[in-house]
Amino acid sequence: MTQPPAKRITDIGPPHYEKFLHPVIKKNYGQWKYHETLAPGVLCHAAESGERIYSVRAGTPRLLSIQTLRVFAALADKYSGGYLRFTSRNNIEFLLDNPANIEPLKKELAEAGFPVGGTNNAISNIVHTQGWVHCHSSATDASGIVKAVMDPLCDRFTHQDLPAKLRIAVACCLNMCGAVHCSDIAILGIHRRPPKVMHDILPKVCEVPTLIASCPTGAIRPATVDGKQSVEVIEAQCMFCGNCYTVCPALPMNDPDNDGLSIWVGGKVSNARSAPKFSKLAIPFLPNNPPRWPEVVEAVVNIVNVYARHARKFERVGEWIERIGWPRFFKLTGIEFTRYHIDDFKHAGLSYARSMHMKY
Amino acid sequence: MADDGKVKTPLLDQLESGPWPSFVKEIKRARQGSPMCDDLLGQLELSYQEKKGHWKHGGLVGVLGYGGGVIGRYSDVPDKFPAVAHFHTLRINQPAGWFYTSDAIRTLCDIWEQHGSGLTNMHGSTGDIIFLGTRTDQLEPCFQKLAQAGFDLGGSGSSMRTPSCCVGPARCEWSCYDTLALCDQTTREFQDEMHRPPFPYKFKIKFAGCPNDCVASIARADLSIIGTWKDDLRQDDAAVADFAAAGLDIQKDVCDRCPSKCMEWNGAKLTIENSDCVRCMHCINVMPKALRPGTERGAALLIGAKAPIVQGALLSSVLVPFVPEEELLETLKELIRRVWEFWDEYGMSRERVGELIERVGMANFLDAIGLDPAPEMVSAPRDNPYIFFQLEEKKS
Repeated sequence: MTQPPAKRITDIGPPHYEKFLHPVIKKNYGQWKYHETLAPGVLCHAAESGERIYSVRAGTPRLLSIQTLRVFAALADKYSGGYLRFTSRNNIEFLLDNPANIEPLKKELAEAGFPVGGTNNAISNIVHTQGWVHCHSSATDASGIVKAVMDPLCDRFTHQDLPAKLRIAVACCLNMCGAVHCSDIAILGIHRRPPKVMHDILPKVCEVPTLIASCPTGAIRPATVDGKQSVEVIEAQCMFCGNCYTVCPALPMNDPDNDGLSIWVGGKVSNARSAPKFSKLAIPFLPNNPPRWPEVVEAVVNIVNVYARHARKFERVGEWIERIGWPRFFKLTGIEFTRYHIDDFKHAGLSYARSMHMKY
Repeated sequence: MADDGKVKTPLLDQLESGPWPSFVKEIKRARQGSPMCDDLLGQLELSYQEKKGHWKHGGLVGVLGYGGGVIGRYSDVPDKFPAVAHFHTLRINQPAGWFYTSDAIRTLCDIWEQHGSGLTNMHGSTGDIIFLGTRTDQLEPCFQKLAQAGFDLGGSGSSMRTPSCCVGPARCEWSCYDTLALCDQTTREFQDEMHRPPFPYKFKIKFAGCPNDCVASIARADLSIIGTWKDDLRQDDAAVADFAAAGLDIQKDVCDRCPSKCMEWNGAKLTIENSDCVRCMHCINVMPKALRPGTERGAALLIGAKAPIVQGALLSSVLVPFVPEEELLETLKELIRRVWEFWDEYGMSRERVGELIERVGMANFLDAIGLDPAPEMVSAPRDNPYIFFQLEEKKS
């Protein structure tokens, strides 16, 4: 007799968060009164009841082995009653009720190679995508760029001495799984050549109407090649978004000689002071140069340093640039302004300067 | 191959040094449990040499009865790196607010040690726990182990993607509604729409407790629920005086930075004209003890954010200016259903709801989902006189 199959469990949803909450958090849920930053990466939240919870935040590479996760679990057992969480920027946080545990935990985290910081006017962890580690459409790697950029900026993570928060994000193609489009500094992988149409396999793997509809500029049209149904790309109309490749594997975009990185600045999602805004183009192209991407690192560090020197207290990168004006941003950073900086897509006209407000 | 039988990775090895934690070290650490990690390193090194990715396009794999939650991934160089010939990802719905106990973490690790590469992302961009890399035959057993431990898969494809939220009232004094409860309840309400993709494209929902928007909902979610309050800021004059005494320049750092210039400081007393306050959070951020959101709390609902693909990036815009906290769940459930119904019927393939609204016009969208226009929805009324007057005024 065969064993009856075990009953499958489906559609149960996530575990309820309540069972993972520290007792002090559970008790004071929704009753927090204020918080203080005790040191970079160390927050103290005080409740109406007078009770306090201490959070110790450390940077992680986001890509974590189960071996490291078990180290985090052991540290949580030792110092925070087993309670921990992750932040929206891939930092780990330990939640402590005993302030005496803060310093020993910080010490162990530092020894294990996880810097404590990322709070207030620091550069927090870089939100990023999968890159070559796991993505089929990436123009570049993501984890490697994050590592290369954060190494020289690590002190900006462990200190809070910038004018305001600074959020960096990396996306390895225009899909932007990392939603870099509203970051203080965004690093974006780009293609610069049209897809190469593989006519031999296209009819077998793609729906032509869907493929044609996928192009935002209408650059793809039906064509018969060697008697078979296929498509052609009007190359002058292609802006290399890779959308066609997403719906049809027969139009690969990868081009090691021409793929690269672009740098965008001045976006934010918070409503503090000024409204949320998109990041704008600073550098249209930098070479894809693993393993340490020196051109990208130099460009980002330069922008961070110029910002740190010139921005006023509380000014995010975008707010600083709006005050000084874009011409001065390009002058101060030494970045060249090119034809590629002028938008030519849907709402381009909104970005033209339509006033006589000018600084010379 | 090096002497120890491990693949040589001279380029990746350069990313092991330096103060920032190294993902290469993580992959090497996971080697002890899984041969997949060796071949992952090998293939990644090849990408670093050739400056191009080596994963094939997509691949339909999954678990029984679900249309999402697993991302199929196959190597395009399987002969060289057979252990990552299949290297599928599981998306696992995170607990709201990304809270865990050490036991929960160890449970996840044990399951993944048995069924996959031992590599994770904590967390993916949308918020899920990511189990990075396993073979097709491991998907179902891994899923059922997770389910027995109380975890379920997240969304992928043209589905409601895994909702996520900020830390909320669990550890933040500014949260204007219970982001964790609302995120959790919304996720449970729409399990079918998450696991069995029914839509023209993806639909993301993010819950932020206040206008600081720590989950970037206004940039990244088709539906952004952002907490705010209606009444006056709560003000503690003694604490304001403490900040001043501690050296904070209240005129310069608080009043002059206020976007609506609603505050005055006379050197001893901060006076706020609350009717002019736009609830941006700056003064509260600077003086957490002295100023706090009011007590008449709730959230605004905004719609339409997305990254550039297909028709360009969008930020969410105001759809419902204010919903009291106690009405949020029911309002949200009702509104989501109406939005989905319209989008499902009129959205083109791969058209996000924000793009649909741009195409048909916000006014038509409001008609379709039964909302009245409100001045809070626009930054300004139109300046364009080409108005599509309706031939017959709608009968109310």
